[in-house]
Amino acid sequence: MQAAPLCGLSATENAFITHAATWTEVMAKALHRLANPARFLRIVAPLLPWTAAGAAVCIGAGLWFGLVDSPPDYQQGDAARIMYVHVPAAWNALAGYAGLALASAVALVWRHPLALVAARCIAPIGACFTVIALATGSLWGHPMWGTWWVWDARLTSVVILLFLYLGYMTLIHAFDEQGTGERAATVLALIGAVNLPVIKFSVDWWNTLHQPASILRMDGPSIDPAMLLPLFLMAGGFTLLFVCLVIIRMQTELARRRVMALRRAALAVPQASDA
Amino acid sequence: MPELSAFLAMGGYGLYVWSAYAVTGLVLGLLVLASLRARQSMRASLEEAELASPRRRAR
Amino acid sequence: MTFLRTVVERELRLYLRGIVDLIGVWMFFGIAIAMLPLSIGPDPEILSRIAPGAAWAIALLASMLSLERVFAPDQRDGSLDLLMLHAPSTPLLILAKSLAHWLVTGLPFVLLAPLAAIALGMDVQGVWPLACALLVGTPALSLIGTVGSALTAPVRRGGILAALIVLPQTIPVLIFGTAAVSETLKGRDSGPYFSVLGAFTLAAVALAPYAGSAALRAVRN
Repeated sequence: MQAAPLCGLSATENAFITHAATWTEVMAKALHRLANPARFLRIVAPLLPWTAAGAAVCIGAGLWFGLVDSPPDYQQGDAARIMYVHVPAAWNALAGYAGLALASAVALVWRHPLALVAARCIAPIGACFTVIALATGSLWGHPMWGTWWVWDARLTSVVILLFLYLGYMTLIHAFDEQGTGERAATVLALIGAVNLPVIKFSVDWWNTLHQPASILRMDGPSIDPAMLLPLFLMAGGFTLLFVCLVIIRMQTELARRRVMALRRAALAVPQASDA
Repeated sequence: MPELSAFLAMGGYGLYVWSAYAVTGLVLGLLVLASLRARQSMRASLEEAELASPRRRAR
Repeated sequence: MTFLRTVVERELRLYLRGIVDLIGVWMFFGIAIAMLPLSIGPDPEILSRIAPGAAWAIALLASMLSLERVFAPDQRDGSLDLLMLHAPSTPLLILAKSLAHWLVTGLPFVLLAPLAAIALGMDVQGVWPLACALLVGTPALSLIGTVGSALTAPVRRGGILAALIVLPQTIPVLIFGTAAVSETLKGRDSGPYFSVLGAFTLAAVALAPYAGSAALRAVRN
């Protein structure tokens, strides 16, 4: 009996587990290679112009197709064109939090130093996209709903997302020592990531309970394909811009750390020669 | 230019549409600008710190 | 178990030593509820409609008031080191801290519920559901709050920061706690809401000690 592989799991399950283990190992190795800041900077520096160019092309084309070369919505008229900035911004706000949580998990599990840097650089960018989603949602809501703000499930969830971003950013700066703030914020980001689905479920449910009857749904049953093209162009452009900004801010943060280290070393040397 | 004014009017929703795009552009533009300037100034101080670093002087 | 009891007893002793602060928290709950009719107007119909939500929101805010006392003093005078050293496991310490916090800022709100219900025009039939909902839901608030307190333990005057990061996390409890009360008052079947609320509390009991332990480890080295 004791020869049975891994307490009675089938061969496929075993194969899956070994497979998963190898993959984790491969991923860990890849992550480890990226952990060296100098190597990371060498890899991303040539990527940055291409990402920036891609973002510019996508956003430019998205603006053209969104504002000029697409039909107005049959129900909402030209106001629906706000969708091309609102929806991609909201997607990026959410994806940003996912990235923040992912980077935090990597930082916590593998003690990956660059993941901490990535997480702290993602947060303000994600918060900016959240603010854009809220502002454009409000500007879209006024002609559609007749008021600047409605406690609709989605808008409410985005507000809560903004609170999570702000909490993260406040906590990370609340400590005297930078590393402590980063570790605390990492834990907070993961708590938020675990809780976010629960919050979303509660808010959706809360909304069905209190749903005012006259709300116009933002998503029609089907979107004209002519509207999908600018939507995806803008979404791609915003995502590329997000990546660009993360790279730029990580370069800044890594440079700052190097400056700090050099200054510390400069202070330490004369003391050592005195002693 | 009737076409241009019709384009700007956005079927009566011009104010909303253009403000939404303006807000987006403003926030993203400021974010990009701030990020780039922060990187520039940090790279300048990095250069300074590297020049002043004792290791560099010893070499 | 003995550790749990020792820590809870110690906490209660310490809370008792600063009883003035505690009384302040309980009074905040009462006074804030009295502010509501003063700002909204005495119309019992309007008051009773917003009463469940208002009572819950005020209970939530009041339980945030004392978060600074959970870990910060122990961190400052070094007794947190001793506590963690003697704890069989850090999650157990978090559990004990949450339990003590709930005993002084959750349970009292349950006991004050009759007052709140009557003051807010819910009348006698609102007393029982409000007390029950608070009894089922407030432990989750204390558990989540304790995690927030652990995350801000070394921060000077971290109470506001703790509340800031804790409040968004408590939204599910707030939503279902309020719904449990108001659906009972509307005469609908509120069993599911109480069940979901209970599930949140149980999930918090299972997860918050580990989150709090990770938080303490993160901010203390």
